[in-house]
Amino acid sequence: MSNIPQLLVHDHKDNVGVVVVEGLKAGTEMLCVVTADNSSFRMKSADDVPIGHKIALKDLKTGDTAVKYGEDIGKIVADVGAGGHVHVHNLKTKRW
Amino acid sequence: MAVNGSTKFMGYRRENGRVGVRNHVVILPVDDISNAACESVANNIKGTMALPHSYGRLQFGEDLDLHFRTMIGTGANPNVAACIVIGIEPAWTNRIVEGIAKTGKPVEGFWIEQNGDLKTIMDASRKAKDFVHFASELQREPCDVSELWVSTKCGESDTTTGLGSCPTVGNMYDKLIPEGIYGVFGETSEITGAEHICKERAATPEVGERWYKMWQSYQDDVIEAHKVDDLSDSQPTKGNLEGGLTTIEEKALGNLEKIGRTCRYIDILEPAEMPQSGPGLYYMDTSSAAAECVTLMAAGGYVVHTFPTGQGNVVGNPIVPVIKISANPRTVRTMGEHVDVDVTGILRRDMTIDEAGDALIDMVVRTANGRATSAEALGHREFVMTKLYRSA
Repeated sequence: MSNIPQLLVHDHKDNVGVVVVEGLKAGTEMLCVVTADNSSFRMKSADDVPIGHKIALKDLKTGDTAVKYGEDIGKIVADVGAGGHVHVHNLKTKRW
Repeated sequence: MAVNGSTKFMGYRRENGRVGVRNHVVILPVDDISNAACESVANNIKGTMALPHSYGRLQFGEDLDLHFRTMIGTGANPNVAACIVIGIEPAWTNRIVEGIAKTGKPVEGFWIEQNGDLKTIMDASRKAKDFVHFASELQREPCDVSELWVSTKCGESDTTTGLGSCPTVGNMYDKLIPEGIYGVFGETSEITGAEHICKERAATPEVGERWYKMWQSYQDDVIEAHKVDDLSDSQPTKGNLEGGLTTIEEKALGNLEKIGRTCRYIDILEPAEMPQSGPGLYYMDTSSAAAECVTLMAAGGYVVHTFPTGQGNVVGNPIVPVIKISANPRTVRTMGEHVDVDVTGILRRDMTIDEAGDALIDMVVRTANGRATSAEALGHREFVMTKLYRSA
């Protein structure tokens, strides 16, 4: 199996990761790397997700805070399961 | 890191001691209605460049101050060897000429009222030709890397900029700021969501407090005063959203990766203001729109710009080489002609941030030595004035 990761995660506190390959399909057993310390894990994607878009690392419920870079990046506004696509349909800014 | 502050590059040492990396003869309009005359002069005299823009009439107060600061700063930039200034009337024209003349470089003003376009163009063309002869005989000489002023601003960001290209710039600053260069970052709206981190990255609590006050007043005076519901239609941009960025907080955290891990900003600059506190990293209060921001930083005296992009912002600047850095493999594949430093290896985990930073430093030095950037080769010369409010 390729050692090129499909998903990168900035920080161990994060609950979302970033797809870094083109054409990721639902059901892919992804190699996921945490860039903070280059540790890795595997998880299965639940959706087709474009490059650059985010995937939930665990089940996220409406009202939860999305965490990336170990920081608050907004609120979950629709439930999304682990491996699911996280974007404007289920994540919104807490600002303006 | 193979490059340090005393590494030499070949630059143009100007009359005031500053070092330029380009040798432009600029034909600068004071105002929108002098663009035509400037473009005619640039057409007559090869080796000159007109910088048409949209403003300069009936401005007042802080907005007028910014106009003059941008005009004077552009002409004064060390990448400019000599400058012709053309305005509709003599008073504001001379104010800009006198500001640029403080650098000691050749500069001369012309005005159209009581001359007409044709005589103005003829007189200015003769002087521009003299300036081309002057500039074309200037020689590059060995200069220290520590004498470089390197700005940064990212554009059409996506999640790969926060993972790859922005940390690459951050690594460059972490290595070169201690060597004595001047750096600058800005984009006030795009710190929203990371303002607590940015405030902490000031060199002193006093500078951090001043930064926070500046950021808060932007929120109050611009965002809160003009927003209709939220800024989700503008910030993040449509390109940001396509690239996977969802919220301003997420974008801001990626944006701030450009200042690395260790360097701290020592002062806060007004738009287009020249730094006065010595070498180090500065914050400039700018828009996040690429051409506006790069124009302001160039007017502040910066001579090389580093520009991380995810989705592929193609911006350039007429007087400052803009180096594009991208970690997005789709962007490098589909529009690679815009990318100077390919750091896609960071995403594949076969390139470290440290290696990417070294690759960027190498490209900064090559660019300073004269390598044309992709934006220069493709003719990108976006020169955009920042307007604070309507003219009178």
